[in-house]
Amino acid sequence: MFKVTVGKKILIANEEYAAQNQRFIAEHKKVCLNMISSPGSGKTTILARTITEMRGKIRIGVIEGDIATEIDAERIRAAGAPAIQINTEGACHLSAAQISEALKKLAIDNLDLIFIENVGNLVCPSAFELGETAKVAVLSVAEGDDKAVKYPAIFAKAKALLINKIDLLSAVGQVDFDIEKVKGDVHKMNHDIKIFAVSAKTGEGMAGWYEWLTLTMKVTTPGRTTP
Amino acid sequence: MHEVMAAQGVLSAIIAEAEKQKARPVAARISCGMLNAINDEAFSFAFEAISKGTVCEDVKVTVEHKAIQGRCRGCKAIFEFEIHKPGCPKCGADNFELLPDAPLLLEEIEFETG
Repeated sequence: MFKVTVGKKILIANEEYAAQNQRFIAEHKKVCLNMISSPGSGKTTILARTITEMRGKIRIGVIEGDIATEIDAERIRAAGAPAIQINTEGACHLSAAQISEALKKLAIDNLDLIFIENVGNLVCPSAFELGETAKVAVLSVAEGDDKAVKYPAIFAKAKALLINKIDLLSAVGQVDFDIEKVKGDVHKMNHDIKIFAVSAKTGEGMAGWYEWLTLTMKVTTPGRTTP
Repeated sequence: MHEVMAAQGVLSAIIAEAEKQKARPVAARISCGMLNAINDEAFSFAFEAISKGTVCEDVKVTVEHKAIQGRCRGCKAIFEFEIHKPGCPKCGADNFELLPDAPLLLEEIEFETG
């Protein structure tokens, strides 16, 4: 028997594509946000409302990741933004190579902000860098207030967290979800994260999220002229 | 589920090294940070499935999990971050940043001699 020390990075191909995407986004003075959550937390509804309400202020394009179908891209287009749909055909996350292709297809010169809506999955997508400016996590109240400590990776890495579907909390006795507990748990592992409690359905709380988006655009791409 | 992708990367790296060494691999060790979210059982299952019929068919892969480190913004101490008792163990402050997570690495391979 003999041992060989290798020390080889296994996901190096993804990292190289991610670095390339990051350069591409920075050179074009764009902001790119990678949205990660469980399936059904309301990512697409948040995006559709954001696109509608930020019209005239931020030009948004979306890269949609799903295992199958074009349903989400169609919802985004109906809200008035360009969308590229990626079907991963079974894979549980988007890869940086797929984003590289999608960025070429999106006419990004006409955009300020590119959202990547990752495959609905609270675990795998957070392990794959895509070259994004920042990650945004979404957690809906129906999922339970213990998810941040049970699935910490995305909550530790994200720059912002949207706690969605807070309109369900008024259905007394239907949903037990302690927003303050989640905020406390998440802030303990991620001191800088900004947390917004919202309902993308009713629009409640969305103003804080828009302020954060506007500020992030200003800080990341100073000197950008609004359309 | 991304363990399949990780296992594919490990498998091709071991095969490449085996060709270089002209020897049969018997065991390997990989390491990763906690945010890589590699589940040992899922990884072993994936590796076993995709290594069938290759030179790696009987290779036993062990996974070493590395803690993520935090840096206190108060006293500047660097410490191992623990999810269930976060905060600086030295001064107790909860204002700290997480340092980059360890990447998924193929650390070493054990080969049969001759």
